[in-house]
Amino acid sequence: MATTVSKPDLLVGKSIRRREDPRLLTGTAIYLDDIKMPGMHHACIVRSPHGAARIKSINTKPALDRPGVAAVFTGADIASLGAVPCAASLPGLRVPHHHLLAQDRVYYQGHPVAVVVATDRYLAADAADAVEVEYEPLPAVTDPEKAIAAGAPAVHPEWADNIAFTFHQEGGDTAQAFRDAEVIVKQRITSQRLIPVALETRGVVADWRPGEKSLTLFSSTQIPHLMRSLVAGILGMPENLLRVITPEVGGGFGSKLNVYAEEALMAFIAKRINKPVKWVESRRENFQATIHGRGHVDYFELAAKRDGTMLGLKLKLIADLGAYHQLLTPAIPTLSVLMMPGLYRFKNVTADIVGVFTNCVPTDAYRGAGRPEATHGIERMVDMLARELNMDPVELRLKNFVGNDEFPFPTATGLSYDSGNYAAPLKQALAQAGYPELRTEQAQARKEGRLMGIGIATYGEICALGPSAALPAGGWESATVKIEPSGKVTVMTGASPHGQGEETTFAQMAADALGVGIDDVLVVHGDTAVVQYGIGTFGSRGTAVGGAALFYALEELKAKVRKFGAMMLDTDSVTLSGGACVDEKTGKSISFAEVAAAAYHAKKLPPNTEPGLVSTHFWEPPNFTFPFGAHLVVTEVDRETGNIEIKRYIAVDDCGKIINPLLVAGQVHGGVAQGLGQALWEQAVYDDTGQLLTGELTDYAIPKAHFMPWIESSHTCTPSPVNPMGVKGVGEAGTIGCSPAVVNSVVDALAPLGVRHIDMPLTPEKIWKMIAQGGQA
Amino acid sequence: MKRTISLTINGKTYTDEVEPRLLLIHYLREVAGLTGPHIGCETSICGACTVLVGGKTVKSCTMFAVQADGRELTTIEGVAAADGKLDPVQEAFWNEHGLQCGFCTPGMVLSVKHLLAANPNPTDQEIRHGLDGNLCRCTGYQHIVNAVKAAAAGKGGV
Repeated sequence: MATTVSKPDLLVGKSIRRREDPRLLTGTAIYLDDIKMPGMHHACIVRSPHGAARIKSINTKPALDRPGVAAVFTGADIASLGAVPCAASLPGLRVPHHHLLAQDRVYYQGHPVAVVVATDRYLAADAADAVEVEYEPLPAVTDPEKAIAAGAPAVHPEWADNIAFTFHQEGGDTAQAFRDAEVIVKQRITSQRLIPVALETRGVVADWRPGEKSLTLFSSTQIPHLMRSLVAGILGMPENLLRVITPEVGGGFGSKLNVYAEEALMAFIAKRINKPVKWVESRRENFQATIHGRGHVDYFELAAKRDGTMLGLKLKLIADLGAYHQLLTPAIPTLSVLMMPGLYRFKNVTADIVGVFTNCVPTDAYRGAGRPEATHGIERMVDMLARELNMDPVELRLKNFVGNDEFPFPTATGLSYDSGNYAAPLKQALAQAGYPELRTEQAQARKEGRLMGIGIATYGEICALGPSAALPAGGWESATVKIEPSGKVTVMTGASPHGQGEETTFAQMAADALGVGIDDVLVVHGDTAVVQYGIGTFGSRGTAVGGAALFYALEELKAKVRKFGAMMLDTDSVTLSGGACVDEKTGKSISFAEVAAAAYHAKKLPPNTEPGLVSTHFWEPPNFTFPFGAHLVVTEVDRETGNIEIKRYIAVDDCGKIINPLLVAGQVHGGVAQGLGQALWEQAVYDDTGQLLTGELTDYAIPKAHFMPWIESSHTCTPSPVNPMGVKGVGEAGTIGCSPAVVNSVVDALAPLGVRHIDMPLTPEKIWKMIAQGGQA
Repeated sequence: MKRTISLTINGKTYTDEVEPRLLLIHYLREVAGLTGPHIGCETSICGACTVLVGGKTVKSCTMFAVQADGRELTTIEGVAAADGKLDPVQEAFWNEHGLQCGFCTPGMVLSVKHLLAANPNPTDQEIRHGLDGNLCRCTGYQHIVNAVKAAAAGKGGV
């Protein structure tokens, strides 16, 4: 049947409100703790109150005697199971066996010691309190620099020096660069330990089906497929009998890019008690036992000529790994090293990492994961160099940027920057701010004794993780697109979005490619029994890698549709437009739904024609993408209170092509909030015995609404050549650009007092003391 | 010793025997079977468990179910119209992309309902202070502020 065809407006590039939102706005979305099953039991975990201790005895009987208690498990029950996995490997890496439950020692506060299972969560918590664990506390060490000093207590008795690995990387000739230098700037810069604080804590429901010997694991995770492979390995069960389902996930930020003991424990327990079992982390547990981020102490040295030409950079990076390696723990500081040259042209870089065990919960990927630390370092160093040379920090940056004609740019750390116009966002930010006028205003403020600062940071990041050769796991992503017999479209993505909005952006892409309405497209993710294998959502890869996989799957599917359409219209070739196949010669068309129906009914197919309309594509990225940008922050410091007021926050980010500007703005805002949290307020604090002093949200200040400045967000657009859509990724940009811009601004404000550097967080107390002591820390 | 409580949630009366120690949030989720109020911190900081009790916001993680005996509660499930039409505040959050992972959203929407009932035309600063009892780790709050302004300006509906 011929139909009239009109070309629809394209959806990619438009701010379309999210298709995820109705369920979230009405409270009907199903998060992990909303899952209930007949006969479901509840687990409560007994955790170490000590940072380091020997376990002398465990008496589970008082717990077992309590009402409703089905079982109590301790380290002895799981000793033969596999370990909590670490996927990262480095030469000479020391890997402590990370049992699911502590054996004879505990290594950090929150270390799981026993699991109590009861019919009700209150009864499980009561019984957990009744488990009697006798500890012999041991000396602990929680500061990574103290841990590698002589005489420090050994976190793991088998490795007295607390060094998990050392890693050396060198590019160019750093020694010569430093010999050629006319000025060398040195600074110790820390990126403090942070707590990710996804608003939904972790949780697991495990459901064992004895008839099939299969297990379904519901987990609030960013990586359902990797979890299936890894948990099957821990339990020694066939992977195809384990199904992982990711319900709605209430935030991740890297903290759910992991396989934790609890996932394997609940799977093991469900099988042992032959009942479904649920465990939901309390916030206190979340602080003690979910990975932290950052924890770097960096010693930087920057070599330059007096004219501002930067020559080389040295870094000694002391990384606080915590007591164990989680999934990617040792790999995170290596990401810092990759990004340490920033956006600058110099080719001489030397980095030495010392990965250090401490009696703290492991660190791992937290929004930015190694790149914020690197960017904070280089951008602070560039500002210090500008001060040393009495140059404007803008001029110094512009002088040293990789030029527009130098892409692809091979870096000293072995990367190839894909595309860039590094001056563009900086110039846009300066124009927006009115930079010369701001400097005039600052001079006036200083005359009046006011402490006004202007801070700039430019950043590059390594995104769209990434080529498989460069990652511990595969770095590809997958997509399946299926046109149902009715003509409706189902997309199944191996990415596992949890707030980023790919149910919308991927539907925009599919609707455009196939010429259907967005409401005809459903995007499915997060169920290993439904979705082909995938890698997950992290490292700003969802759209830049998962979207590219979808792009190619759509191309393949379009070819199939065209083939069926041409056959039905009895012509050589057709185009897809407006929900129909159109004969280019005659203008005759046939609707998409009719083509789909014919492909499935398959009554009149020529020989060797495969029925159905499904395409799957696994896409391996040939390179990372390298988004970049410039953030400019105006601050004023109150001399009396040390309080910092952010008067303007300008973010100009270049994430390549944008599919949905509304969602990109949301990513930038949220990223900036987490960067600002690090710059001004957040810090995980352990005392010397291993007690986490910031143990609840009452003691750990994540930004509230009134803490946040208005963010003036805009973009430049330099498409990436790495993927067919030209996108670069944006999930972490705000976090990476923010902290150095804020600290540069506050240091600039305090410069009249002689302040050269301040370590984060810039709490009022720290700033007030600095002012009171005439600029000395 | 269990006690019998009777309360109204979203216009429907519930009568149950509960332990005195049962937190209201657990009553709502485990006994009344709701999924909208969430548990984010158990210390009254994050506001994911926010519900309206007698029209005022309450953090249901630090109130006992027995304290709600005889009261009228509204949870996020009771905000949209019976026919499913979203409330202007919900609609504004949707239009302005005032949510990402959505975990804070039910509490956030109820706090905004309360805020706008008390102050129909709040300034930016009044909005931000009005939301200080509700943490969001995803949005940086900017789109939430936009949503509140849009709802206040009567732009929530479509």
